[in-house]
Amino acid sequence: MSDNAAARGDMSTCSVSKGCFVFKPSTKKRKLSQSTAHDFGIRNDDSEDTELRFVTCQSLWNQIKSETEKVQEDLNKQLLDNLMNFLSRFHSEFQEKTAEWTCRMKFREIPTAALVLGVNVTDHDLTFRSVSDFLQNNITPYIALLEAKDCPGIKNLMQKLMGQLMNCYVDVDSLEDEDYVQVSQNRIRCSMSSLIKWYESVTKKTDSETPSKKRTTSTHWQSPPVVVIFKDMESFTTKVLQDFIVICSQHIHELPLVLIFGIATSPMIIHRLLPHSVSSLLCIELFQSLSCKDHLSTIIDKLLLTAQFPFKLGEKVLQVLINIFLYHDFSVQNFIKGFQLCIVEHFYSQPLSVLCCQLADLQKRVHSLSHDQCENIRRLPSFRRYVEEQESGKQVALLTTDNFLKEETQKLLEDLHVYHENYVSVLRCLHVFTSSLPKYPLGKQIRELHCACLENQVWETEEYESSLQLARMLNKSDLVTMLQQCMEILLSSSGKEFDKTVEKLKKFLTEFENLEVAEAFQEQDVSISSQKELQKKTDLYHLQKTLLELKESRRSKKLTKFEMLRFEVVDYIDSLVRKYLVPADRRTLHEILYFNTAAVLRGHLNAAPRTALHTALNNPHWYLKNQALKCDGGSISNKAPDICIVYKLHLECGRLINLVDWLEAFSTVVMAGEEPNADTASSDQMDDIIHARFIRAVSELELLGFIKPSKQKTDHVARLTWGGC
Amino acid sequence: MPNLEHPAYPAAALLHLEGLVPCRESQVSMLLSIFGERQQFSFPSIFIYGHTSSGKTYVMQTLLKTLQLPHVFVNCVECFTSRLLLEEILIQLQSCSCETEPTSPVPCDTFNDFVRLFKQALVSRGLQDQTLYIVLDRAEQLREMEANILPAFLRLQELTDSNVTVVLLSEIVWELFRPNVGCFDPLTLYFPDYSIGHLQKILSQNHPPEYTADFYAAYINILLGVFYMVCRDLKELRHLAALNFSKYCEPVVRGEANERDTRKLWKNIEPHLKKAMQTVYLREISSSQWERLQHDGGEPGQLKGLSAHTHVELPYYSKFLLIAAYLASYNPVRTDKRFFLKHHGKIKKTNFMKKHEKTSNHLLGPKPFPLDRLLAILYSIVDKRVAPTANIFSQITSLVTLQLLSMVGQNDQLEGPRYKCTVSLDFIRAVARTVNFDIIKYLYDFL
Repeated sequence: MSDNAAARGDMSTCSVSKGCFVFKPSTKKRKLSQSTAHDFGIRNDDSEDTELRFVTCQSLWNQIKSETEKVQEDLNKQLLDNLMNFLSRFHSEFQEKTAEWTCRMKFREIPTAALVLGVNVTDHDLTFRSVSDFLQNNITPYIALLEAKDCPGIKNLMQKLMGQLMNCYVDVDSLEDEDYVQVSQNRIRCSMSSLIKWYESVTKKTDSETPSKKRTTSTHWQSPPVVVIFKDMESFTTKVLQDFIVICSQHIHELPLVLIFGIATSPMIIHRLLPHSVSSLLCIELFQSLSCKDHLSTIIDKLLLTAQFPFKLGEKVLQVLINIFLYHDFSVQNFIKGFQLCIVEHFYSQPLSVLCCQLADLQKRVHSLSHDQCENIRRLPSFRRYVEEQESGKQVALLTTDNFLKEETQKLLEDLHVYHENYVSVLRCLHVFTSSLPKYPLGKQIRELHCACLENQVWETEEYESSLQLARMLNKSDLVTMLQQCMEILLSSSGKEFDKTVEKLKKFLTEFENLEVAEAFQEQDVSISSQKELQKKTDLYHLQKTLLELKESRRSKKLTKFEMLRFEVVDYIDSLVRKYLVPADRRTLHEILYFNTAAVLRGHLNAAPRTALHTALNNPHWYLKNQALKCDGGSISNKAPDICIVYKLHLECGRLINLVDWLEAFSTVVMAGEEPNADTASSDQMDDIIHARFIRAVSELELLGFIKPSKQKTDHVARLTWGGC
Repeated sequence: MPNLEHPAYPAAALLHLEGLVPCRESQVSMLLSIFGERQQFSFPSIFIYGHTSSGKTYVMQTLLKTLQLPHVFVNCVECFTSRLLLEEILIQLQSCSCETEPTSPVPCDTFNDFVRLFKQALVSRGLQDQTLYIVLDRAEQLREMEANILPAFLRLQELTDSNVTVVLLSEIVWELFRPNVGCFDPLTLYFPDYSIGHLQKILSQNHPPEYTADFYAAYINILLGVFYMVCRDLKELRHLAALNFSKYCEPVVRGEANERDTRKLWKNIEPHLKKAMQTVYLREISSSQWERLQHDGGEPGQLKGLSAHTHVELPYYSKFLLIAAYLASYNPVRTDKRFFLKHHGKIKKTNFMKKHEKTSNHLLGPKPFPLDRLLAILYSIVDKRVAPTANIFSQITSLVTLQLLSMVGQNDQLEGPRYKCTVSLDFIRAVARTVNFDIIKYLYDFL
């Protein structure tokens, strides 16, 4: 990521030490459209379309962003509703204040919602933001979000809590709170009693004012609860939590507190952090958010398996993104960020990406293509392949006449769009089948199937073959429901080619229905007799044998009508797959819509600080591009920067390095190119300089964390990286 | 039963007090005799200790309130700094025994200021001629404040030269408090635990108005039979009694049994209470969930408790990192060769072991290991080649945030950081199972 940022020239880091730098794309950056658009074209000489490309990229990203936000909102809805129910239940209890016997006898516990959010901590912020927004809009203005790093002690926690709560009062109505603004935080006594006083005063105020200022407070409840959210429960120290809970429980009668624990691992952590005497003060209920894998599936479903967006991901790129998700972070946010990077990279590096737009704009854009851009099209490998397949007359026209090329391009791109629409529908149909097979030879998730289909012709793979085999053994009820599902998918798809297919599926279904009556008796006989036989045998060996025999006998027997029909259905699905699930990179002009340069993406996303540092020090030519530095094999050039020489020499040492020997070696290398005839005086001076250079290089290495001074032996330093003998 | 008697206080008030503090009469009469009459000087400091919910706070509060003695009651957990504590005492002092609006609190940073302000307050409130009681609840917190606070409170009478008695309430014994030599030793008073008979008596006192006292007492008897073994906390028991009472009444409400039918009622409630002991008592499920369950007549089995959700979903490499960390924590360094080198030769455990290694490493707990060892083990247990990318390193950090690993001694940044694995064997086995890694084969303890 840092490379990319540097290339764009708007972010940089001024550190040479090892470490990775995460740049959160700020929202502000996107608004600087003019300058960024300018940057966009630096790399490419034809700057004509850069503006347009940039605008297209931006509008596309905005669309995608709003789509993902919508998806996330939908996914959080369930959680928020549950939370709302929970709060309202306790709220009514608090309001009642009945003198009923059970209420009097029962211990008043602090209502606590344990939110289990999964280990992808980076995504939690978003969830918490939506939770607090939701609460703010619907229930209560008094919300405090606490993070463990701000609360090393109970004092800091109370300070933070009161600061947030009293500020949030300002948000509600900014007219009445002058006295609160004046009171600086330090002057308020940081104790629960002052918090209670504050709460009483604000609720009294709003209560008396509700008739007059309905619009501000109408959505909130009467005497709204004070919600305290602990964002990262795991990181809080036990002492702080315990003290806070004990204090709260003493005042729960005056202050309707509600705690929300954000839990990343498992709810067991509550028991680990809190002893029974404290956890018995809480009334804990569990809320589970959607698992991040399901979340990803939904995102992929809504962003990739749709005809809504012209931009698509190629197989390798998608695989990189999915691998980062599954192997490393489980973070949906990072996945979306990666997707964004793909979009930016595609529009930045591919001049023809102007054509990556909605179909409606396509004609205009194709016709305004410049000659250079036409040449770009002609250079595309997939287009060259296409040209070669045409007859010679057309070949010449394509290669020489721009206008003809443009028309052809438009047609091909339209085809590509149609292809994608059909592809998605058929993919979903195939997924209906493969997802119900035992052991899932083609993967359980649709994303796996999608990758398999993009990678190469899926019908040539072994997995596909075995899936078909298994599909041929499906029972009737399953088959019928699957066919119905497929029909629904195809009906709901926007592709026009599927009328015939739907009819065909309908025919299959009616045939199955007809079979039901005719074959009911016949089937029964067979099954009963075979079952009887099965019941007799009890041990595994005999059972297997009879099953084999049964199979043999069935095979030899003429196929039943049902089996015939089943074969027909599976063959038909197979034909659909062969027709529609051609990998995208076989299609002409796929380079325009599909982003497939995985290496670039990998370089950006898989930062390898150790490797980069090693390459820089071991092979300076890699970064400096200086011919003099080009060296072969393990030899050390004396032209290399001092630190590289020192680094290379230190690689040959063990855990402890003798500084004197090291200096000796260093000066030998440096002096290698010099003429040896210098007189003694100058060589003395030389030595001093070399000594100084050496010391500087060594301290640079120390700064980078490769060595550190050792106390075990004088004049020795210890290596900190492994690889030594 | 010893009747409370004291010449200084009206008999009616004493009788009322006696009714309010069942099973604590002897302690109360002891306290009364220490307190003496209103104007008499009492002992400078009293230390009362006893188990959780043995009535220390409650007895002190009711005693001081019913006899209308001037007092200040402060919870030391709530006043987490000495300044807060001192100011809180002053504020309460200002509001006690006077109806005027309390003036804005004066800042009071040191004990010296406190003594001065305290004396002023006493004079202005006209409390010089009565004993003022300062009760410090959860006094063990005082030990964590500045060193002078506790000794100064013990000698407050001497320091302020006024009629004041400091009462310290705590759950731990005085020996754990004693700051240093020369400190004034308070008069210690022990509140013993309530016996089962006491509990029965106290709990039965507040019976619901719809039912007779006998009926409720029988219920409490059953409840104590189940819970007395695990819980003697009065507060908790009362809470449990209130939670489960409706279930006990169910047969009576339905008309299947009458109030005397103890056996039938017992049969109905006993399994229910046992279930409650495993779930709601441990806060595995919350009391409100329990009540709803009871109301709907559902089985508690439907609701999974907190401990049932032990599964933690982790990214693929995080799982291996955690496994590697576990192996590094529980295997001696010398055995790494045997586990992770291909041609290690046969090394028998018996002659391979040093004496101290014969004890199970799992009993000794996790040992710290350097980062490099963790990575080396990781590379050898993952089938594929793992590049040391930033993603891997950041996963180690996030495992630390999740408290699955913990960092040991992070003083030196250049020194390779050292970690410990904090997860349990069961947990790591569950994790290893998901990636088809037989962790038992790699653990030295199970060789």
